Amino acid sequence: MVMQNQRKTYGDTLIELGKQNDRIVVLEADLGKSTMTFLFEQEFPDRHFEMGIAEANMVSFAAGLSLTGKIPFVNSFAVFSSGRTFDQIRQSVALGKLNVKIMGSSAGLSDFGDGATHQSVEDIAIMRALPNMTVIAPCDSIETKKAIKAITEYDGPVYVRLCRNDLPNIYPEDNEFVIGKPVVMREGKDITIFAMGAMVYEALVAADKLNEEGISAKVVNVSTLKPFDEEAIKKLSEGVKGIVTVEEHAEIGGLGSAVTYALRGIGTPIETISIGDKFGQSAENYRELLEHYGLTADNIIRKVKGLYK
Amino acid sequence: MDQKEILSLKKTAANIRKGIIAATSAAGSGHPGGSLSITDVMTYLYFKEMNIDVKQPKKPDRDRFVMSKGHCAPVLYSTLAERGFFPKEDLLTLRKVDSYLEGHPNMHTVPGVDMSTGSLAQGISAAVGMALAGKLDKKDYRVFVGMGDGELEEGQVWEASMAAAHYKLDNMVCFVDYNGLQIDGKITEVMNPEPIADKFVAFGWYVQSIDAHDFEQIHQAVENAKQQKGKPNMIVCHSIKGKGVSFMEGQAGWHGVAPKPEERDRAIAELDEYIASLNA
Ligand SMILES: Cc1ncc(C[n+]2csc(CCOP(=O)(O)OP(=O)(O)O)c2C)c(N)n1
Repeated sequence: MVMQNQRKTYGDTLIELGKQNDRIVVLEADLGKSTMTFLFEQEFPDRHFEMGIAEANMVSFAAGLSLTGKIPFVNSFAVFSSGRTFDQIRQSVALGKLNVKIMGSSAGLSDFGDGATHQSVEDIAIMRALPNMTVIAPCDSIETKKAIKAITEYDGPVYVRLCRNDLPNIYPEDNEFVIGKPVVMREGKDITIFAMGAMVYEALVAADKLNEEGISAKVVNVSTLKPFDEEAIKKLSEGVKGIVTVEEHAEIGGLGSAVTYALRGIGTPIETISIGDKFGQSAENYRELLEHYGLTADNIIRKVKGLYK
Repeated sequence: MDQKEILSLKKTAANIRKGIIAATSAAGSGHPGGSLSITDVMTYLYFKEMNIDVKQPKKPDRDRFVMSKGHCAPVLYSTLAERGFFPKEDLLTLRKVDSYLEGHPNMHTVPGVDMSTGSLAQGISAAVGMALAGKLDKKDYRVFVGMGDGELEEGQVWEASMAAAHYKLDNMVCFVDYNGLQIDGKITEVMNPEPIADKFVAFGWYVQSIDAHDFEQIHQAVENAKQQKGKPNMIVCHSIKGKGVSFMEGQAGWHGVAPKPEERDRAIAELDEYIASLNA
């Protein structure tokens, strides 16, 4: 299995797109080696702006750039680019539906060492709550590349969540990325597992093991959290005995919230897996933290089996 | 301060530096650079200046310290451990999943930590609140703050500074660790916050500039600050990022990278040699 890093892929994709489109400009807040925008800076020093440790200013500044036809990509860790700047995103960007791309790097628990202050457990929730906002959490590098291309073509505000650590490549190469469209990663008839980000891989591993035990699980990658395709979610939930959602995010306002809301009234049992109503914490590595919060294939299997009782 | 006292502070600082190296190395991540540059200031505060009690970390009348640049948790933890708030061997649990020593300071789990920090510039605002509360309650505790020079790029620093001067919080003493570096490079190249001292003067603070690695100068500045009435105190500390470990000094690359075992051993050996030279 090929392991790749979403941040690196993002950095490389920006260069590729930058060559084709000179309206792309990149803003950084003193984390360039981590967000990988230093790659763009090396290639296009004139279109890369170091804004210092001043994220709020960076967002409204990007709004100004976008009004002249530029396509600004705003970069920081997800906690800061979505949280520190929330009001600036709301007032300067979302309200006016401006063409600003907000990148949430080292999102979720993926900045394992730094702990709670640096782990964005609520970024999807707060970004989803904003009218006009598009919210995307790619599951791997292949999807990241496609998603970055798609959002560059799309005219409007977008938030993208990226993982700090290497992830296995699982997204079908030939699948066209369409904003808003969930992707069936594995067909199955007994259970539907809706997953986002790094959890899509865990869901696939769970589906493999369940298959050995005679349970056929469908795995759906819900990488666009907004606009949320409720009709597609309903269709993908038809005829199964149970539904599981899994996300590296708080239980409030993320994938689980969106799916259970979309499926209100259908009667099929639903289990959700998330970080819960908690902050993160430090750990020696990413895996250890995912296990600590039950964000694993094993826990998905447990939940699926629970639905059978 | 007499020479004996200065010598003792120097040794303590070297031991705190050893703790920083050991902890970040054991964790495999963390921030040695900015921890080492502010170590002497921390040593002075916790071993000479602050009214604190290791047996009662939450004593109501204690002086407070807020590490506004929360990524420098290693120096805060190492100082607190050296001072006796918790066992020094716990430093080796830094950033582990069951440890109370998280990547950024948590006031609810670490004895002696007065405010949780990690998102830059929020600490100084909380410190302004603590200082104002001290005035309201007619207490004489003081509030000390450790800040980064890159941190000054956050607008919130200036909002806090305006408020501190507006409310005449002379019970506040802020130290800017002026090591000239942030993550992406030199502060003057990333987003220039200079002239630092002049800016705080313009914001209504009493400002002093010192060599952050000279205990006599730290002492003088803190004593001067006590004489000031009606203005918050800023001590601009000219420092060297990575101070005390030759291969880390002045290197932006050591901002947030932990020493590997062989680097740790070299660093500890250097610091031991330094301590031996002080003893001689
Ligand atoms: C609001 C916020 N933005 C970004 C970061 C990530 N970050 C951690 S340390 C740092 C650089 C700090 O530089 P400086 O204040 O000069 O600290 P020092 O050199 O003393 O370590 C950055 C950008 C953060 N912790 N908080």
